[in-house]
Amino acid sequence: MVTVIIYSVCVYFATIGFGLLINLPRKALNMAGIVSLIGWLVFHIVNIHMGGYLAADILGTFTVGILSIFASRYKKMPVIIFNIPALVPLVPGGQAYQVMKCLAIGNYALAKSNLIQVIFIAGGIASGFLFAEFLNQLYLRLKKYFITKKATR
Amino acid sequence: MNERQRSKLVVETCLLAGKIMIENGSEMVRVTDTIDRISRNAGATEARAYVTLTGIIMSATPDMGSQVTAIDKRTFDLEKVSTVNDYSRQFADKKISLGEFYRRLKKMDKDVRPFPFWLQMIGAFMVSSTLEVVFRSNYTDFWAAGFVGMMGWCIYCLTDHYTDIRFLNEFIAAICIGFMSILIIRAGIAKSADDLIIGGLMPLVPGVPITNAVRDTLSGNLVSGPSRGIEAIMSACALGFGVAMAIKILG
Repeated sequence: MVTVIIYSVCVYFATIGFGLLINLPRKALNMAGIVSLIGWLVFHIVNIHMGGYLAADILGTFTVGILSIFASRYKKMPVIIFNIPALVPLVPGGQAYQVMKCLAIGNYALAKSNLIQVIFIAGGIASGFLFAEFLNQLYLRLKKYFITKKATR
Repeated sequence: MNERQRSKLVVETCLLAGKIMIENGSEMVRVTDTIDRISRNAGATEARAYVTLTGIIMSATPDMGSQVTAIDKRTFDLEKVSTVNDYSRQFADKKISLGEFYRRLKKMDKDVRPFPFWLQMIGAFMVSSTLEVVFRSNYTDFWAAGFVGMMGWCIYCLTDHYTDIRFLNEFIAAICIGFMSILIIRAGIAKSADDLIIGGLMPLVPGVPITNAVRDTLSGNLVSGPSRGIEAIMSACALGFGVAMAIKILG
């Protein structure tokens, strides 16, 4: 439990630090940190308790996608302001580094298995965002449909 | 202002807004959407725009020639993207006129207002040290990883400032990160070189281009998505080869 709290604080500050590097608007820094923190918590819980980094990555990015859509509505800012920094704790940095290191020292079998992990995680992140975007568009369609229905009646 | 001058101003405003957004790391759907909105709100219903990663072509009315703008350099400055978005909203609400919109865009493009350099260094320190803890759960190397990341970002910015070759700055920064990590381990200050390198590379990982590449490709823009993907893969490869070279040399 203590570890999770320490990690959560770390993720929050990592997101704000990355926000400083890509020049996020000052008003959005705190909100981006919170979005990233919740996304990472979902990722961590699924990864530890339900097994499988792939499902964890899909669900984590899905949470990030949904929350950043809400945050962008609330703050009236583009969606990418919230979901790019929130992606930072979810990227497969460790595995990508292992691929390069194993290639450099000549251990090709380990490099291949790490590379496959990296590709799967990247696909998981993409599909998580895709699913969040899909739900958003579905919501907008339904809202439009009901508004026009009410107007014609 | 007659009809012709007005449609000229519409095209100029749209091109400038689109150029600022692409240069500072927006995705393509948003750029197309913003250009459509601006031209619709300005009354140019027959405006057409073709947006790619390296240039925008746009015409306001069928009987007028189209205008082109080229985009050479792409960096990340999400504050500018957000500001263009704000101005576009204000223009849609009729709070500012078209001429005022154009003047504000011109002014904003001139005076860049990034975070000061010392704050960026602190940001790089925060990213490297905390992510090293999260990814590798190695608490003792917190300060060393932060230091390596900070120096890596500093070298990246310096080479970016003094050279014009793309991907060279990532390569040199990665070599320096590798050297520094291995030397710190040799000096006996930290425990694991792998952890230091992973933490130190984190500020330089091309997260924004990868996200944008996936979004552009999924939205059906088959020109800009793959070219952004190639940009991201090139910078990832520059980082990887730099680190691999450092490991090969120092061992």
